[in-house]
Amino acid sequence: MSDTASELNYQRTDFVSSAEQKWCPACGLYPILKGVTNTFKDLGIRKENFALISGIGCSSRFPYYVDTYGFHTIHGRAPALATGLELMRPDLSVWIVSGDGDCLSIGGNHFIHTMRRNPNVNYLLMNNEIYGLTKGQTSPTSKKGVISKTTPYGHIDPPMAALPLAIAAGATFVARVLDADLKAMKEVFTAAHQHKGTSFVEVYFNCITFADKVFENYASKKQRPVHTVEAVAGQPLVFGENNELGIRQKGFGLEVVEYEKEGLQKEDLVIHDPTDKGLAMLLTKLDQPVALGILRQVEQPSFGDLVREQNQTVIDKKGPGDLAKLLKGNDYWTV
Amino acid sequence: MSTDAQTESVEQVTIRFAGDSGDGMQLTGERFTTTSAIMGNDISTVSDFPAEIRAPAGTTGGVSGFQLTFGSHDVFAAGDDADTLIAMNPAALKINIDQLKERGLLIVNEDGFSKRNWERAGYDHNPLEDDALKKYQVFPVPISSMTKSTLEGLPLNGREMDRCKNFFALGLTFWLYERELEGTLKWLDSKFAKLPDIAEANKRALRGGYAYGENSELFRVHYKIKPNPQELKKGTYRHITGNTALAYGLVAAAQQAELPLFLGSYPITPATDILQTLTPLKNFNVTTLQAEDEIAAIGAAIGAAFGGSLAATSTSGPGMALKSEFLNLAIMAELPLVVINVQRGGPSTGLPTKTEQADLLQVLWGRNGESPAVVLAPKSPSDCFQMAYEASRIAIKYMTPVILLSDGNLANGADIWKVPEVSSLPKFEFSRFKGQVSDFHPYERDPETLARPWVIPGTPDLEHRLGGLEKDHLTGAVSYGRENHHEMVLTRAEKVQRVTNEIPPQVIHGHKQGDLLVVGWGSTYGVIRTVVEKLALEGHSVGSTHLQFLNPLPLDLEAIFENYKTILVAEINNGQLWTRLQGAYAKPMKRFNRVKGYPLSEKELQQEILQLLKD
Repeated sequence: MSDTASELNYQRTDFVSSAEQKWCPACGLYPILKGVTNTFKDLGIRKENFALISGIGCSSRFPYYVDTYGFHTIHGRAPALATGLELMRPDLSVWIVSGDGDCLSIGGNHFIHTMRRNPNVNYLLMNNEIYGLTKGQTSPTSKKGVISKTTPYGHIDPPMAALPLAIAAGATFVARVLDADLKAMKEVFTAAHQHKGTSFVEVYFNCITFADKVFENYASKKQRPVHTVEAVAGQPLVFGENNELGIRQKGFGLEVVEYEKEGLQKEDLVIHDPTDKGLAMLLTKLDQPVALGILRQVEQPSFGDLVREQNQTVIDKKGPGDLAKLLKGNDYWTV
Repeated sequence: MSTDAQTESVEQVTIRFAGDSGDGMQLTGERFTTTSAIMGNDISTVSDFPAEIRAPAGTTGGVSGFQLTFGSHDVFAAGDDADTLIAMNPAALKINIDQLKERGLLIVNEDGFSKRNWERAGYDHNPLEDDALKKYQVFPVPISSMTKSTLEGLPLNGREMDRCKNFFALGLTFWLYERELEGTLKWLDSKFAKLPDIAEANKRALRGGYAYGENSELFRVHYKIKPNPQELKKGTYRHITGNTALAYGLVAAAQQAELPLFLGSYPITPATDILQTLTPLKNFNVTTLQAEDEIAAIGAAIGAAFGGSLAATSTSGPGMALKSEFLNLAIMAELPLVVINVQRGGPSTGLPTKTEQADLLQVLWGRNGESPAVVLAPKSPSDCFQMAYEASRIAIKYMTPVILLSDGNLANGADIWKVPEVSSLPKFEFSRFKGQVSDFHPYERDPETLARPWVIPGTPDLEHRLGGLEKDHLTGAVSYGRENHHEMVLTRAEKVQRVTNEIPPQVIHGHKQGDLLVVGWGSTYGVIRTVVEKLALEGHSVGSTHLQFLNPLPLDLEAIFENYKTILVAEINNGQLWTRLQGAYAKPMKRFNRVKGYPLSEKELQQEILQLLKD
């Protein structure tokens, strides 16, 4: 893994497999595939040292289209398999690809425990707020009131917010990007790769067939500045068509202000600090505007490193195991 | 000898220790076992304890039992009626008295038989005053108070002293059966090295119990059980429980395969010991993960196998049910994986600490689709080592999950094990890709084993994708083709069938042909063999054979069946192997099924065989 990107000199197409891509035309997953492969080529990692592990759903077909090692597993359980792989193979760059149903519904338990343990994996949640592969049922992230095949009179459940849940469970890297923003994807995916521990990235993407335009406010270049705020470490949180809006602390929460009108400076607004857990919680819960970028990042040893370090401590103390001695035990006799 | 007690020689003795779950009965039984094994007796044990950790003291729900059979000849089973019962309280008496032979020795801790205690056990009078006990030889011993007076002067409180009473009882049984104290005294010193007062107290209690037997004149007879004269092969011996043997089998396999071992597991009775035994063995290149659930446990193991480790997961029936979907993924992806199911009573939560063999059809046929897996079953606690080793070897050679069906009786039971020489363990064979990169196909098979190559991430130029969708028979790409699916269904089945090449010839005990053959699998081995060999000696035309391979079935089995008029399938379930064998051979068979959470009864099996021989 010590090669540099320039030595490897990969093209993006080196990471595209020969399998026929079978998502719907204009599905938001195509640009994400581009974003991922566009990132991989420049990470300085040899192709054979990537492993993509997915669950079940439209987005979980991802590994078939990337020419690295891959495993399309079962519904919701990719993190479990990836954890075992990462524990035994720290030399690999392990990426989990999951959807909103896969990650948050059937796989909710593994999702929480992966965040808690912090294995060194990159975990991409492709969120389109719908079940696509089963042809249009509500997902745990579908908004209230949505009409779908299983909610003909409107969706009653409240949606689940993945990022605050991840942070509450102990996530050390939490980010959000849009399928429409190739540049941001590359930046965030690269940072996710560089982060030691679990990097959880929610990618909003459009399901053109069953939930078209649910993210229209963020996808269209015109709307995006009004409805999203880019969180950049060390920078004040400003947004709006002309950056006229800012985010300010109010009590234990946040509020949007037209800061210049109120006679405030940018410095009076919230300065983004990804190590501040409370701020990350508030930012990930914002819905107008929606926060994008790396919202939380703290340095902690990864689960795999801790396990391997403990293993090594025992080896240092006891020396390599002697099988014959182990099998005999203490209470043996010889004939 | 300072007493007038006479010594009587006996060939075989079954002792049952029973008390509250906090009374240390398992430990007491284990010490008796080790001592007898070292003294050269063959031995077999069975544990019988409640699922609750400490049910209210003195209630029948909290009774814990440990039974062992030892003798001066080969011993294969421990489950039948006892010669001697040590009951520490009325509840232990109530639960166990029916398993004591007539005229058997009943030693009771009479201090435990207060009105409060016998009421708590559900008696309306003191059972020691009951005529029902007249058919036994009853020895009331004030074990608690004698223990206390033995420990006088030691800086211990009353509760600590009371906790030594099991060693007083052990000392008394040591005297009764002429056991050596030395090993246990040493063991106490090392066990309580940091608590010298506790070590001293237990040692005094042990000696006190022994002296009580010697001096009290309560017992007129004590017993001598000579060592097993059968010449043991040269080697090193120990006693071992099934769960420990399973764990060690995996460690040995990984070491011989020169692979790291990974175990993903989730605590579940009676399989948890496997996780607990492997976890400390980090210096044997063992990594364990206590996962968030049963599903994650097998998932992580599959991830480890994908990455090139020897991977295993351990569970019991309810966990096995949860693992089914992931197990199917391993079958589709054709990765090596060892899945250990230590069966317990079911369905649902069932009887967590009791034994049963009722998961056979679950592991054979309890998954969606045509899903063939290799299924093995150890026949004794010590056989668990070899079967775990074989499961690992076959999984890797054939690139397939292998399911090992142990059970609660094997898990906590123990027998004598001849420790193998490490150098004598079978070699591992791998399905590696050795050709040109341009010729690589992830699902191209070894013509002999039908194994696909194990190509792990990190291998340059051989990048490929696995998954649960049907695979093209050669490229491994997703395929929905009709002919391809049909071919893959047959190929996966044929690959498992090829494992018949690994099965040694079936062993037959008793007569090689004749009137009746008893067929069993798993932990019933000892009981069946004991009964059949006894009947054969008495002149009955019976034999038995025991299956360690349940899928595929041994190729020589059908011919063996032809040598007998009647086939009797004996199991601790409602006829699962019976169903399997009749399906496989279209041959009518009789069955013997007892599903009591306890080993088969030798007496009942014998009656059944004799009845069938008459019919």
